[in-house]
Amino acid sequence: MSKTKSIEEINEKIRTGKAVVLTAGEVSAMGKEMSPADVLKKVDVVTTATFGPMCSSGAFINFGHTEPPMRMEKITLNNVPVFGGVAAVDAYIGATEVAMPHDIYGGAHVIEDLIAGKDVLLQATAKGTDCYPLTEVKTLINKNSVNEFIMFNPRNAYQNYNVAVNTTSKIKYTYMGTLLPALGNANFSTSGELSPLLNDPELRTIGIGTRIFLGGSQGYVAWNGTQFNTGKPVNAHGIPIGNSATIAVIGDAKQMSTRFIKAAYFEKYGVTMFVGIGIPIPVIDEDMAHRVMIRNSQIETNVIDYGSGNFEVLGKINYKTLFSGEMVLNGKKIRTAPLSSIKVAKEIALLLREEITSGRFLLTEPVALFPKTTGLNKCEIRI
Amino acid sequence: MSSKRFVLTFPPELTSEPITYNLIKQYDIMINILNAEISPGKIGHLVLEMSAPGKVLKQAMEYIKQHNVECVPLEKKIYYQQDKCIHCGSCTAVCFAGALTMGHTTNELHFNAEKCVVCELCLKACPLKLFSIDISE
Repeated sequence: MSKTKSIEEINEKIRTGKAVVLTAGEVSAMGKEMSPADVLKKVDVVTTATFGPMCSSGAFINFGHTEPPMRMEKITLNNVPVFGGVAAVDAYIGATEVAMPHDIYGGAHVIEDLIAGKDVLLQATAKGTDCYPLTEVKTLINKNSVNEFIMFNPRNAYQNYNVAVNTTSKIKYTYMGTLLPALGNANFSTSGELSPLLNDPELRTIGIGTRIFLGGSQGYVAWNGTQFNTGKPVNAHGIPIGNSATIAVIGDAKQMSTRFIKAAYFEKYGVTMFVGIGIPIPVIDEDMAHRVMIRNSQIETNVIDYGSGNFEVLGKINYKTLFSGEMVLNGKKIRTAPLSSIKVAKEIALLLREEITSGRFLLTEPVALFPKTTGLNKCEIRI
Repeated sequence: MSSKRFVLTFPPELTSEPITYNLIKQYDIMINILNAEISPGKIGHLVLEMSAPGKVLKQAMEYIKQHNVECVPLEKKIYYQQDKCIHCGSCTAVCFAGALTMGHTTNELHFNAEKCVVCELCLKACPLKLFSIDISE
């Protein structure tokens, strides 16, 4: 019996239809009766997934050249400004961008409309140059008319995240949803034991180049995500408490599905996007077997006051309690609510399992691993 | 004799007036408490079914309002576009009445219209804006 498995060995099993692939939920349930050595022997791949609101998402688009050509400078899609300071007809659609501060339609909606195959209104202006004489354009584009439509999200799939509560006497509208006054609710936003980065907390198998499920098609991990932080304290089960590691992901948005990319608007906060991400974790050794067996009761996070403005840590809670619908804080019962869809996350984990068992999705060895020690800088206001 | 449902919203400051007691004692109203969420220092909600002659109900509403308590007849209905729901659970965060809950095994959103007090908080809390009010009734 070998004590380790290589990615190549696992891929060979996938190619020959012999690989045993389970979802993270299934392995967590198995883990109650089995040892890591048993899991290593029996399971080759564990599929993890998440479908939550993820700011720091967007897409590059290349419109193709007009005739006569134009160096598009100020650009909007369905009136939402997109960043044109890249090249003549390249732009970046930021998911959170809106035309007016209180708009409920923004960049994420443009991305969802494009994925759905809808026509989107492109308007652009330019100063005009000798090589790009056109100064104004107004036309319709869609995902088939453009050259590339590439999703690139600088920060997704947070490894763990805070629980948000509100101790003030006023209702607060935040990116963690609506927070009722006087600890009226507690909102959380990860898929717990199903979550990709919580099943590989030290990022031994996920790195640059890892092939993933992104929004309904195959995508890749491009880099560590922004605000990547390895400095968070780790609990007895090896899980960082609070928001820590992140990934930057890339994929062909033309092949994505609106089932797994959904524009959203959080009241009085703004536009964001639900992104569906699935990551296969290869069970390469006993340590990884142990990691993928993680259960909601073993994953903890901080409860933070999002109401008072000082983001005070009020306590620590595990996901088993959070998913139960009720928690106790300072002797008070508080209703808990998720913001991230477990139903769709489970669907992604099952889809990915099917893709792998059918041989259509092979695993990858990271081209490079993420930094081991990073912290976060503050933006100091110094003028 | 008519029966009507009302949502009473209490201010966070404690009211010393025993409102429910007086509705029964002084106005002789038959009261059925459908839902109550009241705790010190918080806005409180009480959903009542009140049975009494129409004239008495009108007087009772006046009495309630005099004590800085909001009293709104529950005639509207909330509905949502179930087919578009992604079951994220954001709406359950604000549903103090317990009408919107997540199924523990299905991970799906459940809406129990019986418990809904039409506070309308879900309209704002849903990130996909799938809730609306039916005021046709």
